[in-house]
Amino acid sequence: MAADSATTEREDVDEHGQPEVDVHVLWINAGLSCDGDSVALTAATQPTIEEIALGALPGLPRVQFHWPLIDYQVGDEFMDWFWKADRGELEPFVLVVEGSIPNEAIKSEGYWAAFGNDPETGQPITTSEWLDRLAPKALAVLAAGTCATYGGIHAMQGNPTGAMGVPDFLGWNWRSKAGIPIVCVPGCPTHPDNLSETILYLLYQAAGVAPMIPLDESLRPLWLFGQTVHEGCDRAGYYEQGDFTTEYGSPKCLVKIGCWGPVVKCNVPKRGWINGIGGCPNVGGICIACTMPGFPDKFMPFMDAPPGSTVSGAASVTYGKAIRELRNFTFKTVDEEPKWRKRGTKLLTGYKPPW
Amino acid sequence: MTRVSEAPVGGKAKKGGAGDLVEMAWDPITRIVGSLGIYTKINFKTKEVAECYSTSSIFRGYSIFMKGKDPRDSHFITSRICGICGDNHATCSCYAQNMAYGVAPPHLGEWIVNLGEAAEYMFDHNIYQENLVGVDFCEKMVRETNPGVWEQAKRTEAPNAGIHGYRTIADIMTSLNPFTGDFYREALHQSRVTREMFCLMEGRHVHPSTLYPGGVGTVATIQLFTDYLTRLMRYIEFMKTTVPMHDDLFDFFYEALPGYEQVGLRRILLGCWGSFQDPQHCDFKYENMSDWGRKMFVTPGVIVDGELVTTDLVDINLGIRILLGSSYYEDWAGGEKFVTRDPLGNPVDERHPWNQHTIPKPQKRDFDANYTWVMSPRWFDGKDNLALDTGGGPIARLWATARANLVDIGYVKATGDSVEINLPKTMNLPETKLEWKVPQWSNTIERDRARTYFQAYAAACALHFVENALNEVRSGNTKTWTPFEVPDEGIGCGFTEAVRGVLSHHLVIKDGKIANYHPYPPTPWNASPRDSYGTPGPYEDAVQGQPIFEENPPDTFKGIDIMRTVRSFDPCLPCGVHMYLGNGKVVQKRHAPSMLNSPE
Repeated sequence: MAADSATTEREDVDEHGQPEVDVHVLWINAGLSCDGDSVALTAATQPTIEEIALGALPGLPRVQFHWPLIDYQVGDEFMDWFWKADRGELEPFVLVVEGSIPNEAIKSEGYWAAFGNDPETGQPITTSEWLDRLAPKALAVLAAGTCATYGGIHAMQGNPTGAMGVPDFLGWNWRSKAGIPIVCVPGCPTHPDNLSETILYLLYQAAGVAPMIPLDESLRPLWLFGQTVHEGCDRAGYYEQGDFTTEYGSPKCLVKIGCWGPVVKCNVPKRGWINGIGGCPNVGGICIACTMPGFPDKFMPFMDAPPGSTVSGAASVTYGKAIRELRNFTFKTVDEEPKWRKRGTKLLTGYKPPW
Repeated sequence: MTRVSEAPVGGKAKKGGAGDLVEMAWDPITRIVGSLGIYTKINFKTKEVAECYSTSSIFRGYSIFMKGKDPRDSHFITSRICGICGDNHATCSCYAQNMAYGVAPPHLGEWIVNLGEAAEYMFDHNIYQENLVGVDFCEKMVRETNPGVWEQAKRTEAPNAGIHGYRTIADIMTSLNPFTGDFYREALHQSRVTREMFCLMEGRHVHPSTLYPGGVGTVATIQLFTDYLTRLMRYIEFMKTTVPMHDDLFDFFYEALPGYEQVGLRRILLGCWGSFQDPQHCDFKYENMSDWGRKMFVTPGVIVDGELVTTDLVDINLGIRILLGSSYYEDWAGGEKFVTRDPLGNPVDERHPWNQHTIPKPQKRDFDANYTWVMSPRWFDGKDNLALDTGGGPIARLWATARANLVDIGYVKATGDSVEINLPKTMNLPETKLEWKVPQWSNTIERDRARTYFQAYAAACALHFVENALNEVRSGNTKTWTPFEVPDEGIGCGFTEAVRGVLSHHLVIKDGKIANYHPYPPTPWNASPRDSYGTPGPYEDAVQGQPIFEENPPDTFKGIDIMRTVRSFDPCLPCGVHMYLGNGKVVQKRHAPSMLNSPE
């Protein structure tokens, strides 16, 4: 049996017998969330959380997670790390926020979302107050999932809490004390590897071995969100040929039954969901644009064809039909073997036999 | 993942005389999904928990922002309620929509949903049991809370060592250490493989991309089911060793700590809303719901004092009551009633989810009055509003299925007193029969034990579903979806089992839009506060009065026995439980819940 040694082997111990840590990761899941981004991270394979925690990648700083989903510690013992960070005694730390930030200013008392208790009043401390307290002290702030990045489902029209994303709350031009903008990994939930890889990047940046993380105008890592769903979709060929399904369960293009892939920045069709398995339009699920700042309101009702697809789809039907016919012609040719492959006394391959 | 702080957790507790109570709270409770706080008063002299309050610190307002939306959006939206079992919500919502639209998926579509949901149970129970609950039973924890038990574990041979390979109970505990334990890591790996299986059927975990009312968008090919089946058989091999390992571990706790059956013990009041539709029988019509409900591969049922009260989904539906009492909402009494009679003509109560209004009223937390965002669902048996619990799901599912004695598909078979699970030969292990027997208690250990058995149960059912799905495809039936129209007016309800227990969705459509939508997941049942009749919720009830076996004194007290009890219910409040370990304040008056509010 493995002893409790894998962590201790690589951990140097300080004068109090505590492991030395290069970077702390403080995780607040107490936004308006479903914890789906925490759960997604446990599904990551590139890298896995245990590879990050046990230092199984070269150059990785020694990292300690304070992450509610799987933390050994509970209650005050767990909250103690957040208080330490608040007092400036935890350096450096990356703050991960999961869930949208409700507007606590729209009511006279109580809380929409809270995390731990105020020792002065005994009342819960709101999540937004924690953000105000910790963000200025953090090396970087990572918004995990569409709720934290842009507000998401809980910020839908008609919501009672006034929910918003972390950049809406802190400001889109906010910079950490290290000069790092808010790093947004959208997705509802976030793609497991997109999140673990971004955490990995930030840890490398914290260790000084990676340059400033490249982000797009919506603060998404460029290398993950630089292309559209459609550009990476293995059904895009059907679109090109104007071959659209009107029923779910077909292998053809889903644009006419609600897929927003052509205008959504996301790498899921290319990456699959876990270990290359699953996804959205690539496996028969319409893209409901869950990585986008306009999600969900601008894409509802989800099961109707996107309004913009009428024009592009009609065009594709016209030229796609012509292309399909031409291709059918070629297809008939390439779907047959060359004529010389047969039994008989003559060699028909073009080779002149010397015998 | 984190080390344990050297500093005492609870500060300094004063020693009190007989009957003195110490406030202890844990907030947030980690290793669950969501935000939960548990506030207690403990008598360290009698080693007993005197009082317990459960609170949740998050409000999002689904029922409010869903109003006026297109009903076909409801499964996409409600999936986002939960980040670990969102697909259960999506499934339940599709069931409710199917009823409202009058549509039934092709059989193949239903088998695919069942396969996805089976994979969800296999994944979710696995990661929860081994990576979240398991830590409460790992070497590191047991050494810190009960050094005596750890010593005994080292001397105790594991009875099933020949099957699972861990020689002693201590070896099992070591294998559960976070990250360094080999079984801990193997379980994490299995949680990913089972999620691959899930994604084969439902596209994305945890918010599915391929589920729709009327069926699924999944493209049904031979390869789809081959990819699933090969992974399933590897998981079945894993379960053949995992179940006996957990039996050894849990039996040891009864042996090492006599009286441990009292931990988390409560009156047997279990609810199960049934799972896995049988497409041969299920037409999603309310009028036939009693019949097709009984054909589900996990039988719905309400169990009171160990015995089955009903297996009828119509009875179950009509008995649901949503009470307030300690929650941050205004009452809706006298508000608009959306559904006065069900489609069979039965009257529907004002406090039924079909007629519920959600009116949030944010306020200060006051343990004398209102202290949580969770409401109090109860089940009215004609006499009382029963605080049913789900026991985290599996114990209620297996209990209802065993007692109902209706399921028999070879791979699983109910007997009246037990459920047999027959697993075929796998790569390295022979054909194996596991049998879950109706236990004597509804307590912490039995809730946890049932979880491991249900993982095997779900896997065995999945074999049946794969066979049926493949038969459809081989016969040329590859349609997975049936078209439908959304009516201007309509109602629907869906019943299934979320991973951690009962799940219902109630939908009312007016003018083609959502007029009312109220989902009831398991956690409101389990984490509910004291209701308007003063009846505590199940966490509160199970923790209140339970003995304490932890060896630590108040100033280093971890509350492990309480943690085990709360976690045995598999809390999933995407709003959690906050157990806050207070500063050991001695409460002067025995019954002074308001003291829980006092500044420390």
